[in-house]
Amino acid sequence: MSAPADEPAAAAAPAPPGKTGMSRRSELPWWVEKILVPVVFLLFATMLPFFFDPGSAFISTCALALAYTVMALGLNIIVGFAGLLDLGFVAFYAIGAYTIGWLGSGFFSQVGNEEGWHIFVSGFAETQPGIHVNFLLVLVAALVFTTIAGMLIGLPTLRLRGDYIAIVTLAFGEIIGRAAVNGDELKLSGFPIVGGGLENVFGPDQTITAGRQGITPVDKVDLPGMDPFKSLEQRPWYWLALAMVAVVLFVNFRLRDSRLGRAWIALREDEVAAVSMGVPAVKTKLLAYGTGAAFGGFAGAYLGSKNNTVNGDQFQFFFSIFILGMVILGGLGSIWGTVLGAITLTFINFELLPRMSDWPSKVGLDFDVSEINFGIYGFLLVIMMIMRPQGLLPERRRKMELTEDAETTDDTLYTARA
Amino acid sequence: MSETTPTNGRAILETTNVTKQFGGLTAVSDVSFRVPERSIVSIIGPNGAGKTTFFNMLTGFYKPTIGVIEFDGKAITGGRPDVIMKLGMARTFQNIRLFATMTASENVMVGQNSRMKAGLFGSIVRTPRVRKEEKRVLEKAAEELEYVGLRRSWHDQLAINLAYGDQRRVEIARALASDPKVLLLDEPTAGMNPQESDQLTAFMRRLRDERGITIVLIEHDMKVIMGVSEHITVLDHGEKIAEGGPTEVRADPRVIEAYLGKKASEEAH
Repeated sequence: MSAPADEPAAAAAPAPPGKTGMSRRSELPWWVEKILVPVVFLLFATMLPFFFDPGSAFISTCALALAYTVMALGLNIIVGFAGLLDLGFVAFYAIGAYTIGWLGSGFFSQVGNEEGWHIFVSGFAETQPGIHVNFLLVLVAALVFTTIAGMLIGLPTLRLRGDYIAIVTLAFGEIIGRAAVNGDELKLSGFPIVGGGLENVFGPDQTITAGRQGITPVDKVDLPGMDPFKSLEQRPWYWLALAMVAVVLFVNFRLRDSRLGRAWIALREDEVAAVSMGVPAVKTKLLAYGTGAAFGGFAGAYLGSKNNTVNGDQFQFFFSIFILGMVILGGLGSIWGTVLGAITLTFINFELLPRMSDWPSKVGLDFDVSEINFGIYGFLLVIMMIMRPQGLLPERRRKMELTEDAETTDDTLYTARA
Repeated sequence: MSETTPTNGRAILETTNVTKQFGGLTAVSDVSFRVPERSIVSIIGPNGAGKTTFFNMLTGFYKPTIGVIEFDGKAITGGRPDVIMKLGMARTFQNIRLFATMTASENVMVGQNSRMKAGLFGSIVRTPRVRKEEKRVLEKAAEELEYVGLRRSWHDQLAINLAYGDQRRVEIARALASDPKVLLLDEPTAGMNPQESDQLTAFMRRLRDERGITIVLIEHDMKVIMGVSEHITVLDHGEKIAEGGPTEVRADPRVIEAYLGKKASEEAH
């Protein structure tokens, strides 16, 4: 699928002086980008569940795709807008997921004399031990935790550029992932200084995470004025994820076209020039990390509840690459591109590849397609980089830039031969 | 043209014994330098004389190893570049550094960043105040681009698609957008033909006369320097070897020596 823009406009760039240059909005008129596409997308997406069973696995995958979209939109702020290559985004997923794991399950079973703490929860969760906080408050907590984590990861990268940022963020993602897996060995009572106090509240054997066993079950989403969600009824999960996507999209567009968005792009394009034009690099980068991380945390809290488990094994390096792949596939810096990339990769991963799993055996080969998922993504990305390096729905700026290069470098004069 | 001595008028920018060492290399050595308000002054010198290093210290990219820089009565030595810019010192670069994938207009809007107040939440909610500010900033960008003479039809072009001369204009407009008190221009006529250089020279005078901006210029084109500068400082191997009005500097044997070699300076006398 190609961008629904008026292509000929791009050719106007090297127009002779005096002729009207391309309008700023002509690639995608603002009303297409901000009214037509969103309205059509949201209407279609809202109606979609009515064509399927309430418990349909397909709608469940769609809800997953939307949750991943929220994450990809967060990563797009960091990588696409601000140009900070982050290979450890899984850390924010983990922190968001553990927020609901801690604040919405029976994990801390000793608190409140084994009766638990309950804050604005109803139904089944109200009767359970452990900490049970209303989902909306969990989202707020996830926002706070991930924003702080985002800024913490941001701090050591501030003096770094390009590849080095990638390495530091990669390490951060790994640290959080390892801590999640091995957290079942860490006891709260063992902490220096505060250990005694924590032991009194949480009991002597309380660990930080449940490691590979996972914290389960996790409270179902419980919104005010509604019954808690059920695992067999997929529609509410889907609509909630859709609402989150809508909010995050709105925030993305508002930020992109603001003072802060311009500062992000200026930093991405030329940090020295941006700083000398009065853009405070530290604050601007930290805001990119913080906002991007917050979206990762939202999606993480939602997924913890939807998956009904928060398991250390979920937070592996491959997940960071999975989300980054969505952003690159869609088009770095492009908001609608990221949405498309996230939906595409999720469906390839959860619908297409599982259906292909018996293909090798049909031709007499003995392996499972799921074993080579990564190879397939890699192949897709390579094809993508050759055929359409700017992504499926490129950012307006990059699109104009790349079209320009093709025209001005006289590449027809010489064609590389293999 | 009056050859004002540097002691005339209040100094807007002043450095005292500024030195910059990179490891064992002294790039700028003990330079004291004074820029009176509303003047046009030049820094000249052969390649590698330390001119750009000196600029980078003025704008906060390098911290001087020794010495003090005062701007508008405040010590700014070792201050952050964005803070110094906010105080009213804007610059352009020797090799144009525009934000390539932003339009000319957006580039100039970034130049106003330090004069804007919109924060994270204001931008998301788009409060009436933020909305008004955006409108004002966009209008100001158009005004500045027109002031430097960029055709209106090019305002919404990506910066990389502009012709070289227009990119220079946009870079100056971007620096002007913050209403600076001092404008530092690093070789603004590089790559320009004589006619364009003349236009730029006239434009610098206009900036000073109409907007009261003090201009500090690094330049190689002698015609531009002699034509526009009220005061010239000559650097060679990081040291200040001469300063004064254009005619004084032109006759100074050390300057001729630095530019043309020792023999030439002997022949000239």
